[in-house]
Amino acid sequence: MLDTLRPLIDKHARLPVKADTLAAGQDLYAAGLTSFAAVQLMLALEEAFDIEFPERMLNRRSFATMESIAACIQELRPQALAS
Amino acid sequence: MSSLVARAQLVAAVAAQYSDHVDKEGRFPSEAVRAMKEARLLSAYIPREFGGEGADLAEIAEVVSVISQACASAGMTYAMHQIKVSSVISHGDKAEWHQEFMRRISSEQLLVASATTEGGIGGNLRNSICAVERLGDRFSLVKDGTVISYGRDADAILITARSAPDAPASDQVMAVLTKDQYKLELTGVWDAMGMRGTCSDNFKFSAEGDVAQILPNDFGEIAAKSMLAICHILWSAVWYGIASSAVSRAQSFVRAEARRNPGQTPPGALRVAEAANMLQLMRSNTIAGLSRFATAKVNDDDLGSVGFIVAMNNIKIGASRMVVDIINHALLITGINGYRNNTPYSVGRHMRDALSAQIMISNDRIFGNVANLLLMHRLDPSLAA
Repeated sequence: MLDTLRPLIDKHARLPVKADTLAAGQDLYAAGLTSFAAVQLMLALEEAFDIEFPERMLNRRSFATMESIAACIQELRPQALAS
Repeated sequence: MSSLVARAQLVAAVAAQYSDHVDKEGRFPSEAVRAMKEARLLSAYIPREFGGEGADLAEIAEVVSVISQACASAGMTYAMHQIKVSSVISHGDKAEWHQEFMRRISSEQLLVASATTEGGIGGNLRNSICAVERLGDRFSLVKDGTVISYGRDADAILITARSAPDAPASDQVMAVLTKDQYKLELTGVWDAMGMRGTCSDNFKFSAEGDVAQILPNDFGEIAAKSMLAICHILWSAVWYGIASSAVSRAQSFVRAEARRNPGQTPPGALRVAEAANMLQLMRSNTIAGLSRFATAKVNDDDLGSVGFIVAMNNIKIGASRMVVDIINHALLITGINGYRNNTPYSVGRHMRDALSAQIMISNDRIFGNVANLLLMHRLDPSLAA
């Protein structure tokens, strides 16, 4: 399922490295994710998966790793990352 | 030992005697800081188990405000020290080296300064160019063009750097280095409009230390979870102190006028009422920040939430804008007596000190960040804290 996320991260997270070099549980903030880019990434994910992140997910931990992002999307729309 | 506030008032009495001289000469408020050390105020925030008094942030904010009413440079120095100490308390409480460092702050009343800026990063603290270079259990670090307020008078410095020479700019750590471990080369002298006593000179900083001196959490986490919030709240307490002092001078001016002309309400009286109204808003703003922080600090998710960041940024923006408006009212009330530097009603130093508020982390930069966050975050209309 991370294959669906990686292109969006490459496009919106503005990391100095490519997403396919990052492990699922690797800290995105340490990899260079800024709070500005995190919001841009959230907006792109909402658009791509037709979801809306509730307020309780708008925190640092939800967007700390690709794994945690996938878990949020999974919870909001279980079929979204099935492929 | 007497209460924190009683001791802060003693320090304020010392600071008041020298505040004009500190401002005029652009020198460090050494008498006030010596008084803070004698009153053991530098370790007030440190938990009792490490030799401090375990004060909460509201008590520290009150000390900051009391000292700032007398001398904003001394109050800001105290605030900046506590902001640095808070990072050690929140993120070094499990690390042996940092526990020992807290004991030293308490027993020796060490003054701690900050080196988070760097030449070439464009004002964004969350980026570093310099990096920690590890060799075994030692490391070395050279940081160029860093602003270190009261750097020459500090006993220790908390400094940020990339975690390794090959790490990205935002992968930062924070290390504590003591005076015997670093060398400061002065590269730019602080000669500013206001806050002249903070002596925020530029330096080239070079040091060597033990790897154990690096705080265990990365700086991104330290900044997000304690530093920025505490920074905004304690700065707001400084500005509230300045505003209170200006309104108090304006009120004294109007009272003196009223005594001279019994039966007539002086023209400035209405403006004093208006200034008091704004001062109350400013006070509420700071208290709301303290209560929001008290709620968040026991809930890690809340502390890392977008809503919390938006709230803390708004505390800072609100306080930094109101302080200038309030002092301008004090100036309108006191007129030429307030404009002159050598009267009991002078508010020139207050105004110049207060103008720093909107550029200490530029309000425009903060508004830009909040604007971005508000693309996601829905504002909470509740009146509950």
